[in-house]
Amino acid sequence: MVEGRFTIVNRTQLTDRIVDLWIDCPALAAEAQPGQFVMLGAPGFFLRRPISICQIDRTGGFLRLVFEIKGEGTRALAALDINMSVQLLGPLGRGFTLPEGGRTVLIGGGIGTPPMLSLAMALPDTTAILGFRTAAAVILKEEFDAACGEVLLCTDDGSAGERGFVTDLLRPLLETAKPDRVCACGPIPMLRGIAELTRAAGVPAELSLEERMACGVGACRGCGIAMLDDSGRRVIGRVCKDGPVFPSDRIFL
Amino acid sequence: MADLSVNLLGVTLKNPLIAASGTFGYGREYQELYDIGVWGGVSVKGTTLQPRDGNPMPRIAETPAGMLNAIGLQNPGVEAFIREEIPFLRSKGTAIIANVAGATLEDYIGIAERLSEEDVDLLELNISCPNVKRGGATFGVTPEGAAEVTKAVKEASGHPVMVKLSPNVTDIAEIARAVEAAGADAISLINTLLGMRINIHTRRPILKNNVGGLSGPAVFPVAVRMVWQVARAVSVPVVGMGGIASAEDAIEMMLAGATAVQIGAALFSDPLLPFSVLEGMQRYCDEQGIDSIGEITGQVRPWNQE
Repeated sequence: MVEGRFTIVNRTQLTDRIVDLWIDCPALAAEAQPGQFVMLGAPGFFLRRPISICQIDRTGGFLRLVFEIKGEGTRALAALDINMSVQLLGPLGRGFTLPEGGRTVLIGGGIGTPPMLSLAMALPDTTAILGFRTAAAVILKEEFDAACGEVLLCTDDGSAGERGFVTDLLRPLLETAKPDRVCACGPIPMLRGIAELTRAAGVPAELSLEERMACGVGACRGCGIAMLDDSGRRVIGRVCKDGPVFPSDRIFL
Repeated sequence: MADLSVNLLGVTLKNPLIAASGTFGYGREYQELYDIGVWGGVSVKGTTLQPRDGNPMPRIAETPAGMLNAIGLQNPGVEAFIREEIPFLRSKGTAIIANVAGATLEDYIGIAERLSEEDVDLLELNISCPNVKRGGATFGVTPEGAAEVTKAVKEASGHPVMVKLSPNVTDIAEIARAVEAAGADAISLINTLLGMRINIHTRRPILKNNVGGLSGPAVFPVAVRMVWQVARAVSVPVVGMGGIASAEDAIEMMLAGATAVQIGAALFSDPLLPFSVLEGMQRYCDEQGIDSIGEITGQVRPWNQE
């Protein structure tokens, strides 16, 4: 875990609401694992914002952060530009487990897509299922095409890829070409659907969650999640510290 | 180099900075970032006799220059604190302040008795948590209630007792005098100010608890004023907190009458804050020719009022 001020070396806008930052932070990049996040200082705001790590360039010492403008804090983050510096604490939390082998299905829904890219780039045998509201909201498609064996795309309105939800694409995969595991990040209803389908199919799943946070390190207990601890007891865990990635059979969504 | 150590009820704090309850857990998490032995003391997460799950999410909301929280005293209970956290904190060389809370007088007496033989430096009596029904705040908002719980805990406790006051009262000095008369060894303040935010699109409060405690720089001037009023009203030591986010703030709070200060919410903006505060305090002492930081406690020179 590292705290410091680091420089933005690139900024692009992926859609009118989604911002893509590359930050020169070798100390964080060296430690970062797929599924982890950082607390990013938003100029003029008291609390930092938790932002998932989209891509890790250990050689160059860069982290890529892709986030959606949702409120005033993320709007302030969107105003950050190249050569400006930002306050960063990270990498934080428990990321995805990296298996030795086997085939993984990665699922990203909307702004849940970015954290799945770093995982896609770390695993050799992956199929990605990406879901968005509409064609204009599709992000990171080319990167997933390059990193994954196969990429299945869907939109709610059918304007890009299949019409439907990621669960509609996952269902046949679980029946015909059962993967060894499923990893997903996205809205809670989507994660619930994935948890149900994978449980029924007997496929282990890891889900990445989002919650309002204050400290980001597990101290303030601001981001609780009902979960089972190692002894199978129901406890209130911390999304920031015990997650943000959880085995789906350990959490109550 | 000025001496930054202070004496609080016979406990020597290596410096006047205490991590404020509820913002620092039991210290383990921040230990991954730096050696928490830098703190003069750690006031642990408000601990109750039995484990508590706390309130539903969301528990956190941003505010201008601060935040609201409604955690609801989530904690693993006093037995886990004794078993796992006291040995850890003791190994870090920082004073241990056991912040304790309860719903009933019996709860407070029970936890004070349970900790009597345990290795903590002092109890901080949380009679001011705004986020729990009967979370002690029912005691903390009247002089009679505050005095009643203070007296009972004093009789049950083998440790010095510091009573943490709620700012959500009409006359803070009156409450302070009442807990002093009931035997409080020290007074700490302020707990959070009760606040609320509403999402104008959904017309729902942001916090699932509807209301929550305001902390951060937004409350700092209120805290300075209340510490000043209390320090003038009582003769026991006062520990000041509420929105401290810099060395200058910490010094200001001490001038208002604080023997030591607690730093809380500002750690979320700057997790390395204790280091810069200590540097700034040292610099201030050098510039002002102060040998010991303790000399500045209560040294504000108020204007005469006609």
